[in-house]
Amino acid sequence: MTHLLETAAHPRALRRVAIEPLTRVEGHGKVTLLLDEQNRVHQARLHIVEFRGFEKFIQGRPYWEVPVLVQRLCGICPVSHHLAAGKAVDMLVGARTLTPTAEKVRRLMHQGQMLQSHALHFFHLASPDLLFGFDSEPARRNIVGVIAEHPELALQGVKLRKYGQEVIKAIAGKRIHGTACIPGGMNKALSEAERDVLRRDIGQMVAWSQGAVALCRRVLDASPHAPIFGVFPSNFMSLIRADGALDFYDGGLRAKDAQGNLIFDHVDYTHYNRHIHEEVKSWSYMKFPFIISLGDADGWYRVGPLARMNTADFLDTPLAEEARRAFRAAANDGMQHATLAYHWARLIEMLHAAEGIERLLDDPDITGTDLVAKGERALEGVGVIEAPRGTLFHHYKVDENDVVVRANLIVSTTNNNQAMNEAVRTVAASYLDGQKLTEGLLNHIEVAVRAFDPCLSCATHALGRMPLQVELVDAAGQVIDRMVKGADGVFAEGRDAP
Amino acid sequence: MTARVVLLGCGNPSRGDDALGPDLLSRAGAWLIGRPDLDVRIVEDFQLQVEHALDVADADLVLFVDADATATTPFCLRRTKSSRDDSYTTHELSPEAVLHVAREVTGRDPPPAWVLGVRGESFELGAPVSVAARGHLDLAWDELRTLLDDPCASAWDARAAGW
Repeated sequence: MTHLLETAAHPRALRRVAIEPLTRVEGHGKVTLLLDEQNRVHQARLHIVEFRGFEKFIQGRPYWEVPVLVQRLCGICPVSHHLAAGKAVDMLVGARTLTPTAEKVRRLMHQGQMLQSHALHFFHLASPDLLFGFDSEPARRNIVGVIAEHPELALQGVKLRKYGQEVIKAIAGKRIHGTACIPGGMNKALSEAERDVLRRDIGQMVAWSQGAVALCRRVLDASPHAPIFGVFPSNFMSLIRADGALDFYDGGLRAKDAQGNLIFDHVDYTHYNRHIHEEVKSWSYMKFPFIISLGDADGWYRVGPLARMNTADFLDTPLAEEARRAFRAAANDGMQHATLAYHWARLIEMLHAAEGIERLLDDPDITGTDLVAKGERALEGVGVIEAPRGTLFHHYKVDENDVVVRANLIVSTTNNNQAMNEAVRTVAASYLDGQKLTEGLLNHIEVAVRAFDPCLSCATHALGRMPLQVELVDAAGQVIDRMVKGADGVFAEGRDAP
Repeated sequence: MTARVVLLGCGNPSRGDDALGPDLLSRAGAWLIGRPDLDVRIVEDFQLQVEHALDVADADLVLFVDADATATTPFCLRRTKSSRDDSYTTHELSPEAVLHVAREVTGRDPPPAWVLGVRGESFELGAPVSVAARGHLDLAWDELRTLLDDPCASAWDARAAGW
């Protein structure tokens, strides 16, 4: 796990290929490949230009505003930030243990977020690559192609996502800007009427999720790419329940190395900064976290669905656990390192979330009335959850006036930063050496990045802001070729392309 | 019987001019309290996604409201229609793509739709709406109110034809 390709010995003598931004990935990403005279990849970097200003956005605010405020950090996963902030604020009011109703309603909300996020990613972002192969025609790779050939999948994807959002809406009052978490608990529980509405369709959601897992397995089994594409060893990290079960909402931190040996286990996440350090690199706005005991060169790790399948001892829902066993068996019960296995793991988690929702809807606590716990005030709080894309840290310090004076966030995509670079390097070294830059080859890199489902923008989205730009720059820094993909999907090539 | 209108606006209120969409929806919501004769459903989100296809599918008229970083006038109104584009493959869809998904998942033609774009220039996290954009917002609100006051495809087309 060294960085052989990250820093070339003589970068000025290399040709430079820049891809900006990645399509099918939120926000602004840019991949730079430095090629030598023989077109061999010497250097690969995934530049991410977002994740600036989060901490300043939070500092200066009274702590009780923060769970609502942080939803605006990200249009993709506002619920994840809301819950992580809610847990940190719980500590500030001394409520380390919530009431049963408050905790279960939070877990339900989180499962809804997991369901809707994973459904979108699989059916509408990544599945085209898997269903049609990523060398196929671009028009067939996108969702239009999926709908044309698998219309039932598209509708299931939309309805799974919609159902997850209905869960969130029932708890938060609305799809976005809701006020579910309050310091020490929840603003409301489910009413019996809301619970009954959600109960009506959850059986179908479980069945569709189970079908999606089976489909993903079949697709990966049939894919010649799956076993070899973007395979690289890494460490893995996630939250884990005390008994070793996967837990999206709470637990201790567990890290395993590439062979499955424990690096640390059941670490109190409030002490995360004793075990994880964030490295700054001059060429990226995004930090590079690593496990301190292993050092920056070898301590980077993967988080998210693949990591969680590798770290958990079991899943506590029957259908998902059966799927997890099959997943691990495919790697001979060892660690699964294939990049495309992220998709399979993600679908198992979608099934786990659907089963988890079904179980919580049958729990009488979900409609309870005891919603808020209290304790002794503190000046520091840490909240950690497993967001759809991986482990998410929120850490705040407040002053005696209840104002946040320091905030530190490690978002899931930041935890995966070095791993995504490694995926790019691995794929580029395998597929781009000595070849002409083509859309199909560029898509190989994008497939590798998309497997992480990175959330790069946290984002504005105003109309007309999603171009794709590819530049080929020679050793003297001159642009010798250029490829631009407009928001309308039309490509223009040549140095004079707009 | 009045037309069923879906007013679908997007934006992040904490990212400068990205708040233009939510701000317009807020004004419309307050105004509609005094207009019970109208059938307008307001949908707000950070960005457009596939599930919005189900929001618009049964409407008579759909109006997308959003900040527009490419607008050359304070606001612009245009008729739009379903279209496949690469936004299908991202975490946010174009209005055209939402309509296309609506067609595909319902098997029916999507309702007639227009886009009201409000010129925005600054989208930094934590920034307020810019002074210039506030002026654009006022002008766009006048237009939006005129549209809602006469929820009729031909009337909306006539106004869009002026752009």
